[in-house]
Amino acid sequence: RLFSRYRDLAPQLVPQDYSHSPAVSLPYELIGSMPELKDNPFRQRIAEVFSEHGDGSMTLENFLDMFSVLSEMAPRDLKAYYAFKIYDFNNDDYICKSDLEKTVNKLTRNELSPEEVRLVCDKVIYEADVDNDGKLSLADFQHMILRAPDFLRCCLLSI
Amino acid sequence: KDKEEDESEEEDNGSQQNRASRRKNYQRKNRDGKKAREEGGQKKDRGKTTPTKDQKESENKEKKTTKRGKEGENKQKKGRKNSTSASSNSSDEESLSEEELAMLKEQVEQKKKLISTMRNKPWRMVKKLSMLREAQDFVEKFEGALGKGKGKKLYAYKMMMAKKWVKFKRDFENFKTQCIPWEMKIKEVESHFGSSVASYFIFLRWMYGVNLVLFGLIFGLVIIPEILMGMPYGSLPRKTVPRAEQATAMDFSVLWDFEGYIKYSALFYGYYNNQRTIGWLKYRLPMAYFMVGISVFGYSLMVVIRSMARNANESTGDGDDDNFIFSWKMFTSWDYLIGNPETADNKFASITTSFKESIVDEQESNKDENIHLRRFLRVLANVLIICCLCGSGYLIYFVVKRSQTFSKMQNVGWYERNEVEIVMSLLGMFCPPLFETIAALENYHPRIGLKWQLGRIFALFLGNLYTFLLALMDDVNEKLAEEDAVKNITHWTLLGHHNSSAGNDSTVTPPPLDPADVPRGPCWETTVGIEFVRLTVSDILVTYITILVGDFIRACFVRFVNYCWCWDLEAGFPSYAEFDISGNVLGLVFNQGMIWMGSFYAPGLVGINVLRLLTSMYFQCWAVMSSNVPHARVFKASKSNNFYMGLLLLILFLSLLPVAYTIMSLPPSFDCGPFSGKKRMYDVIQETIELDFPLFVAKIFSYVANPGLIIPAILLMVLTIYYLNAVSKAYQRANAELKKKMQMQREEEKNKRNNKASTNPMLQDLEDLLTPSTKTESPPKQAEDKKTESPRGASPVRKAGRGEALAGSPMASGRGAAFTPPSPVFMTQPRTPGIRAPYPGQPRPWGHPLGPVPGRGRGQPCF
Repeated sequence: RLFSRYRDLAPQLVPQDYSHSPAVSLPYELIGSMPELKDNPFRQRIAEVFSEHGDGSMTLENFLDMFSVLSEMAPRDLKAYYAFKIYDFNNDDYICKSDLEKTVNKLTRNELSPEEVRLVCDKVIYEADVDNDGKLSLADFQHMILRAPDFLRCCLLSI
Repeated sequence: KDKEEDESEEEDNGSQQNRASRRKNYQRKNRDGKKAREEGGQKKDRGKTTPTKDQKESENKEKKTTKRGKEGENKQKKGRKNSTSASSNSSDEESLSEEELAMLKEQVEQKKKLISTMRNKPWRMVKKLSMLREAQDFVEKFEGALGKGKGKKLYAYKMMMAKKWVKFKRDFENFKTQCIPWEMKIKEVESHFGSSVASYFIFLRWMYGVNLVLFGLIFGLVIIPEILMGMPYGSLPRKTVPRAEQATAMDFSVLWDFEGYIKYSALFYGYYNNQRTIGWLKYRLPMAYFMVGISVFGYSLMVVIRSMARNANESTGDGDDDNFIFSWKMFTSWDYLIGNPETADNKFASITTSFKESIVDEQESNKDENIHLRRFLRVLANVLIICCLCGSGYLIYFVVKRSQTFSKMQNVGWYERNEVEIVMSLLGMFCPPLFETIAALENYHPRIGLKWQLGRIFALFLGNLYTFLLALMDDVNEKLAEEDAVKNITHWTLLGHHNSSAGNDSTVTPPPLDPADVPRGPCWETTVGIEFVRLTVSDILVTYITILVGDFIRACFVRFVNYCWCWDLEAGFPSYAEFDISGNVLGLVFNQGMIWMGSFYAPGLVGINVLRLLTSMYFQCWAVMSSNVPHARVFKASKSNNFYMGLLLLILFLSLLPVAYTIMSLPPSFDCGPFSGKKRMYDVIQETIELDFPLFVAKIFSYVANPGLIIPAILLMVLTIYYLNAVSKAYQRANAELKKKMQMQREEEKNKRNNKASTNPMLQDLEDLLTPSTKTESPPKQAEDKKTESPRGASPVRKAGRGEALAGSPMASGRGAAFTPPSPVFMTQPRTPGIRAPYPGQPRPWGHPLGPVPGRGRGQPCF
C-alpha cells in the first residue's frame, strides 16, 4: 500500500515492477506535497534526514523507513534518535542555539518577538543541557525527551 | 497498517549477507513461503512485488546497518539455519532424528521470540524486515516438520482474530472521539484564546451532558407517564384553572409569569395526581416521582465526584515535569497528524499562545517582591470587598421584605412584582467587575487572582441565594397556615353542594361539582416551583443580554465609532472586552444549583435548562470569537478543573439541604401533587413497601432502619475515612521525598560535569579514571579516615597525604591500582547534602562537614 502511495507521487518515474531494483528517487518537492506532510513545518527536515543523499530526495527504502519510524509501532528510542536528527538543522550532531531558534520560529511562524525567542531558547538550554556545553547532544536530548508524556503521540504519522 | 507496509517491503528484501548461494536458497524459500503462507493465512498477508530486489537491498543494507553485535548473532543464527536448511531443504515431510528434533524445537522457539520482539528492536527497518522474514520462514517450515500442522492453522486463525479485534477497538475509539460534540469549536477557541477560556467551554459541555441525562430521567419516568396515562386536563380540581382565573389564563403576561395554563400543566408539581397507580401498567407515579427526585441528586453527586477523582489522578501524574517545560513545548507540541491547513493555523496559534503562557509563568516567578506594601494592599482590598458583600446581602434582605409587603397590596405594577429578581440579577452583573477592579490592588499571579475572584463571587451568589430561600420559606409557612383555613372551606363547600343538589331526591347521585369551581388550597410546592422557574428564566435573559450588550454592542461601538472619536477607543477606555471566565463559570455553577433545588418541585425545569445550555454554547462561542480579545496576560488553566468541580460539589450539597428539609419536615399540600393526603412526603416509600413488596422485605427494612444498626455503620465509615486519609498522606510524603532525591541527583550530576574542566591535570586524570566508578554507596571506614587526612593543607600536601594514605591502604598494590579503591571516597564526598562545591577547587568547604569527622580520624592513625 505504501508502495502505491509512493508510486502515485510520480507515476511516470516509478515503475510498477520493482523487481529489477531501479535506482529511482523522488525529489523533495513531490514528497513535501504529500497531504500528510504538507502542513508540517518540519517536512523539509524530515525529508532531508531520511533521504538518500541528504538533500531531500527519497528512494522507496527511504520512504518506507520514514513511515516506519514515524508510525505508532516504532520504539521510543528509535523515534528519539530520529527526532534529534530532524531538529539538528546544521547536521553537526548537536542542537545548538541557532537550531533552537529556527525550531521555535518554524513552530510559531515567526509570531514571537526576538526577545521571547531568545528567552525560550535560553530556557531550553538551561533545562535540558546536562553536560553544560551550551548545546544539546544526543544524550541530553534523549534524556529529556524520553520523559515527555506525549512524545509518542506527537511524532506520529499514519497512512 | 504498519504490518502491511512491512509485508510489502518484505517482499523486496532478501537475506542479509552476500552469499549468493544462500540468496538463491532464500529466494526459493520465499516462493515456497509465499504459497504456504497464503494457504495457511498466517499473520502477514502477501504483497505483490517479487523478491528479486534482494541483491540491491542487501547492498543498501550493508551501508545502513548499525548494530554490529546483533549482526554477529544473526550470522550465527543464519549459520545454524543454513546447515539445517541444507539438510532438510527439499520437503517438509522429512523425518529427523531425536536430537535434531530437539534442536529444531529450540530454534523455532527462538525465532518465534524474535518475531514477537522484532518491533522493539531499534534496527534500521530494512534489516528488521529481512530478519523477520527469515524467522517466519523458518518457523513455518519447521513447525510443520514437527507435526504441528493443524495447530499452526488454529494459531494463525487466532492471530488474525486478535489483530481484527485490536483494529476494531481502535476504530471504535476513533468513532467515539468523533462523536464528542463541539470538539472543533472548542479547539478553535482554544487556539486563539488559550487553555483557560477553553476550559470554560469544556465545563459547559460537561454540564450539558449531565443535564441531558437528568432530563432523560425526569422526562422519561415522570412526565411521560403522567401525560400518557394520567387523568387528562380538566378532570380533577388540581388539574384545571380555577374559574376565577380562567378569563386571563391565556394572556401572555400571565403566561410569562408562569401562571395560568402553564401553572396547571405537567411542568409543575401541582399537576400530579396522588393515585397510587395509574394506567394499565399500574405505574406507581408517586413512588416514581419521589425516587426520581432522589436519584437526580444521587446521580449528580456520583458524576461530580467521579470527575473530581479523575482530575486528581491526572494532576498527580505530572511528577517532575516542571523541569522540562520549555523543552517539551518546543519539541513535542507539533502534532504530526495534522493534515488540514486550517487546523494547522489553529495549531500555530495555540503553540504561540502556549509559549506566551509559559513565558508569563516564567516572568512571574522572577519578579521581586516588596512584601509589606503588597500585604497592606491585599488586606485593604479584602476589607473593601467584605464591605461590598455585606452591603449586597442587606440590600437583598431589604428588597425581599418589601416584596412581602407588596404581595399583600392590591395593584402591584410589573416592577414591584419582579423586584426581587431584578435586584438579584443586577447585583450579579455589577458586583463582579467591581471586585475585579478592587483586586487589581492585590497584584497576584493571574491564576491565583482568578481563584480569589471566583471565591468572592461565590460568596456573593451564595448570600443572594440563601436570602432568596429564606424569603421563600416565609412564604411557604404562610401558605401552610392558609391551607387549614382553605381545607375547611373546601369541605364545607362540597358538603353544601351535595346537600343542595340532593335536597329533593336523595336517591339520585348528585352531579359532581365542576372542577373549576372547587375552592383550591394554596399549593405551596407549585409556588416554590414557579419561583425557581422564574428565577432561572430571568437569569438566562440577563446573561444573554449582558453578553449582547457588554460584548457585542461594545465591540461594534469601538470598531465603528473609533473613526470619529476623540481618543483611541480600541486602546483606551472601553476597548474590546476580554472573556470573563470567572463570572461565566460561577453563573453556570449557580444556575445548576438552582436547577437542582427546583427540579423536585418543577420537573420541567431541567428541560428548560437543557435548552438553555444548548443555545448558550453556540451563542457564547460566537460571541467569544467575534467580539472578545485574548487576555493580555495569557495563563494556563492547569488544575482549575478540580476547582470548578469543587465548587459544583459544594453547591450540590447546599442545594440538597433545602429540598431534604422540606421533604422531611413539611407536610405536603392536601389537594395537589402526588403526595397529597399523606402526612409526610416520604410516607410513600413506607406505603409501597408495605403494600407491594412481600412481607419479609418490610421486616428487613424495619431492621435496617434501626438506629442500633445505622449508628455503628456511620462510625465505621468515619473510621475508614480517617484511615484512608492517613494512608494517602503517607504516600504523598513518600512521593515528595523521592522527587527531592531525584532532584538532588540530577543537580549533582550537573555540578559534577560542570566543573570537570577546572582542575589541575593530575586531579583531572584522577577524575577521568573515577567517573566510571561513581555509583558506589557508603565508603568503608578506612576510606573515611583517608578522606579526613587528604583535604588538609594545600594541594602538594594533599597529594602527599593521599600518597601516604594510598601507600597505607591495605589494598595498595601500586599507584595505578590504588587509585580505584579510594575512588568511592572522593566521589561520595560531594553527596553529603549541602555540599555543592566540587571536590578539587576549594579546600575550605571540605572543612565544614569534616568538623565532626576529623576528631574521629585523629583518633585512629592511618595505617
